[in-house]
Amino acid sequence: MILLVADHNNGKPSKMALELVQAARDLGREGPITALVLGQNLTAVANELSQYVEQVLVADLPQLANYNPEIWAAAVTQIAQEGEAHTILVGASRSGREYSARVAVKLDAPLLEDVIKVQDQGGALQGTKYAYLARVTEVYESSAPVTVVSVKPGAYNPASPAGSAGEQYDVELELPTSRTRSTGKVIEKTTRVPLTEADIVITGGRGVGSPENFSSLIEGLADNLGAGVGATRAVVDAGWRPYGEQVGQTGKTVAPKAYIAIGVSGAVQHLSGMGKSKYIVAVNKDPEAPIFKNADYGIVGDLHQVIPALIEATRK
Amino acid sequence: MNILCVIRQVPDGEAKLRINNSKVDLEGVTVIMDGMDEYGVEQALRLRESGASVEQIIVLAVGPARNEDAIRTALAMGADRAIHVETSEYLDPIALSKIVAQVAQEENVSLIFTGGQQSDWDSQALGASTAERLSWPQVTWTNALELSGETLKGKHDIDEGAETFEVDLPAIITTQQGLNDPRYPTLPNIMKAKKKELRKDTLDRYGVQAKIRHVSSNIQVKERAGKLIDGKDPQAAAAQLLELLRNEAKVIS
Repeated sequence: MILLVADHNNGKPSKMALELVQAARDLGREGPITALVLGQNLTAVANELSQYVEQVLVADLPQLANYNPEIWAAAVTQIAQEGEAHTILVGASRSGREYSARVAVKLDAPLLEDVIKVQDQGGALQGTKYAYLARVTEVYESSAPVTVVSVKPGAYNPASPAGSAGEQYDVELELPTSRTRSTGKVIEKTTRVPLTEADIVITGGRGVGSPENFSSLIEGLADNLGAGVGATRAVVDAGWRPYGEQVGQTGKTVAPKAYIAIGVSGAVQHLSGMGKSKYIVAVNKDPEAPIFKNADYGIVGDLHQVIPALIEATRK
Repeated sequence: MNILCVIRQVPDGEAKLRINNSKVDLEGVTVIMDGMDEYGVEQALRLRESGASVEQIIVLAVGPARNEDAIRTALAMGADRAIHVETSEYLDPIALSKIVAQVAQEENVSLIFTGGQQSDWDSQALGASTAERLSWPQVTWTNALELSGETLKGKHDIDEGAETFEVDLPAIITTQQGLNDPRYPTLPNIMKAKKKELRKDTLDRYGVQAKIRHVSSNIQVKERAGKLIDGKDPQAAAAQLLELLRNEAKVIS
């Protein structure tokens, strides 16, 4: 079977879970497409998922209330072994990329990591992924009987419901005790459209000058365009903006229809997080800024004058 | 305790890449220690300097002969000795973790540092897969860390934001920007590093082979229109940009 681990939030399967369903369908390997849900109070999630896949395995346990790499790896491995899964699909979030590596070791299986496409080539699995800070695409192949694959969020379109409801089964698991203790979480919430789902992303860099300018200029323009707000590493490090807005190698990867980079120089680490955007727009006073080499449209000018003009021109 | 710092040598982020025989050809390309690994070396040194009883800081690199440059950099930063498993074979992170785990056991290590993401393979799997082989906990994407007794306390990034954590040794930490500011090796330390032990090892000792096969590589350059607008007249520039976004790109209405 193809086993996919379905993330969820607020009682619904995540967008990434439905993208994994699509990846599994496109793969067309034999056996039922089976979704595994880990957590607590999963009835609503399981019901909804059953509209998409042939089987839903529900692990509703208090130890699964919060993500933990050791516990997640143990759970997925047990289910994969019992169900004789040949393909295990995991969403390549931070957590997914962490526990999928552990699952691969437990199963003595190869890992195709963070793929943008996975396909069956005469029985072997081929995964396409970015490498070298997303400057290169590489294809890797697994010929092993069992392969773990983590799939980059946004690489597939979310699946549509299947038309007939799949079966649900409760599963029992023997889980280890984690040795890492969480002592507090900072969960970053935003009222805006989430960065990874926005059609337009407006990102501010150090050139914006101050947190106040960031609010008035970047957020002001984002409000008018219904856009998500992003920030560069430098801006986040300076404490102007929360980490959840960071775009780049150490932050989020986004690929919106339009990415508008304001006061961003365009370091390769930043480009690796947004270089796949359909259109890239840059506003910077330095005509030599590397961002212009990667932009479709650019304004060479003072953002403190240009952005207010853009805000004015887009005012509804 | 002994600390193991796993380092990789990768092309400089700005280096021009080219493909030869379906592979990225690094001949003549400037290569450096992966920046994310550098934070790990620095953090090991800082733990020692903060008074933790760190006996040895050992550096491990797996890769071709020229990895010696990155190893010497780590030694010049202050690591005590190094192991170089010399190979030009491709080993994916899951396979590589077998070597790291074995070295960790042989060297009686209780803390391993490695970078959060390798900037050549864009992989995040090495830390977690090594932890699994050793049955150790791991904490990824760490950007604050201190040791009190046998307990590491710190902060790291998670899916939804950030988390503070505690974990007892032995453990694996993957590092990232923000954790510290790596030091530059000084000339006297570069000289001293030349005398430090660099043990060469061969791959056959470890019984490792790649779990996946590399098929092909392609440079990803999306052709960009590169239309530049002079912003001296901000209103005119704004109007021109919006017209391009509306009518050419069709991304706004």
